[in-house]
Amino acid sequence: MRLNEIEKSMLAGEMGEPRRQALEHQQKVGRFFDAPDMVEIAQAHIMADTEALGAANVEYLEKVAAYPEEDRHVAIPTITDPRGADLKQYKIIRQDEAFIDLERRTIAAFEALGVMMTDTCINYQLFMPPVQGQNLAFGDTGVCIYSNSVLGARSNYEGGPSALAAALTGRTPRYGFHLDEHRRGTTLFEIQDQPQNLTDWGALGGIIGREMRSYFEVPVVDGIEKAPTSDALKHFGAALASFGSTPLFHMIGITPEAPDLKSVFDSAPPQPIGIKQTSIEKFYDDYGAHDDRLDLVVFAAPQLSLVELQSLAEMLDGQKVNTDTSLLVCTAPAFKAEADRMGFTEKITGSGALLLEGVCFYQMHAREMGLANKWQRLMTNSAKLTNIISGYGYEPVLGNMEACVTSAIAGRIAR
Amino acid sequence: MNRRIIYGHVGIGPTVSGTALVASDNFSARYDLDRIEGVFSRPTHKLFGENYLNKVLVLNIAKGGVASAWMLYEMVTRKMAPISLLLNYANPIMAQGAAHANLPMIDRFDGDITTMIKTGEKVTVEPKTGKIFVE
Repeated sequence: MRLNEIEKSMLAGEMGEPRRQALEHQQKVGRFFDAPDMVEIAQAHIMADTEALGAANVEYLEKVAAYPEEDRHVAIPTITDPRGADLKQYKIIRQDEAFIDLERRTIAAFEALGVMMTDTCINYQLFMPPVQGQNLAFGDTGVCIYSNSVLGARSNYEGGPSALAAALTGRTPRYGFHLDEHRRGTTLFEIQDQPQNLTDWGALGGIIGREMRSYFEVPVVDGIEKAPTSDALKHFGAALASFGSTPLFHMIGITPEAPDLKSVFDSAPPQPIGIKQTSIEKFYDDYGAHDDRLDLVVFAAPQLSLVELQSLAEMLDGQKVNTDTSLLVCTAPAFKAEADRMGFTEKITGSGALLLEGVCFYQMHAREMGLANKWQRLMTNSAKLTNIISGYGYEPVLGNMEACVTSAIAGRIAR
Repeated sequence: MNRRIIYGHVGIGPTVSGTALVASDNFSARYDLDRIEGVFSRPTHKLFGENYLNKVLVLNIAKGGVASAWMLYEMVTRKMAPISLLLNYANPIMAQGAAHANLPMIDRFDGDITTMIKTGEKVTVEPKTGKIFVE
């Protein structure tokens, strides 16, 4: 892999030990993917919840944070994915103090590096929205797929160690979705019935994600009749990325690199795979339940936008969540502040629901939290969450926001 | 005894030897594992309930989210990890995690790796050359 003079200087340790280690890590990854060189990036976004980190990685971060400031400070604007605990409310949901200690240590380490603690997986709806053609190092699969597909930016999945390395060096190996040749369509899906709500969009993403056979497969979606909302594409992309490990899709007539089919395929488009309403209904059925028992309703994964919080507030206004059921809502700190100001928080929490900021449910030591609160049957409007959470011992049930709210109030699954 | 050699892309990490645990299924450390107990915990995974500690784990493709990049290092540090990962196709997250953890990993073989190695076979993984030696 070719290095320029600045990169050679970093590798020689002339710009500090953290940057030397970071570039060495990036070389290993770059060689694995046959990257020809490095590319400068505009932003980094780091996923580093404490469940993923564990004590070992927290110690690793603290070692980096102990270097002199000129050696450790990030080189480009760098922000964070959701954290593992809402430090104002963690006791209500019985999160272990040992995890909270890790959380505080992690935050201190990141702050010492100059990382901005945005704690969000919907940064594209909040801060410095990526620009078409911009090279980035984004962690969180949902952030990456939205930025690549809807905004036309360029990022691979950058897991925490690599996003941190990119933040320190200001660059990343040029492979995968930084390259034009990997951004061409490979598979075609024809949408024959339009999704009706955000959960349908998530289900559609899940259906397509299940068909993906590798990270480098790029699905092309045709047949969408009108421009979806940002939240619709958020749920679609998050589910597609989760089920498929897919960082880029094209939607004909909607996303910037796909004005028409001939723009995204190098030759004749492949035979399309049709997706009908029955496919979406089958997807819901895959996350059904054999009885109506319900422990927990979760709105998260991705964090809720201000529009989603408003919808939820209107549904919960004047209602009471059943005493046998818990209702958790996760959003970004910036949207929580707006929800406070606009009165949405009062309506949501007035129902007995818990509105958590800066976290996402599955990133909060979900297994231990489930055991502590006796949560097993979980209903959500997030297709992404249904894909993740069964490995933590939960029984996920998928329903749209209205069905989830109705169920939370009834204390049993109502669909 | 016949010794087979399987060729893949040049990988990451040091040479190791161990016993294979194989399935035609995909892999995510967050979605699929109980990392405290060291077993596969996703009920629908073909290795559900299987212990993966110190095994050469042979699976189809990397799936799911970005957490595995941190998790592999954490698992290796606690000595609660597979000894190596062999995948038909890794994604960047697995490569980044293997690099961070110094966990041997190879992908892109000259066939479907999940059919070329059987559970219980003794294998040597040589990432520097991309070769797998099956005893």
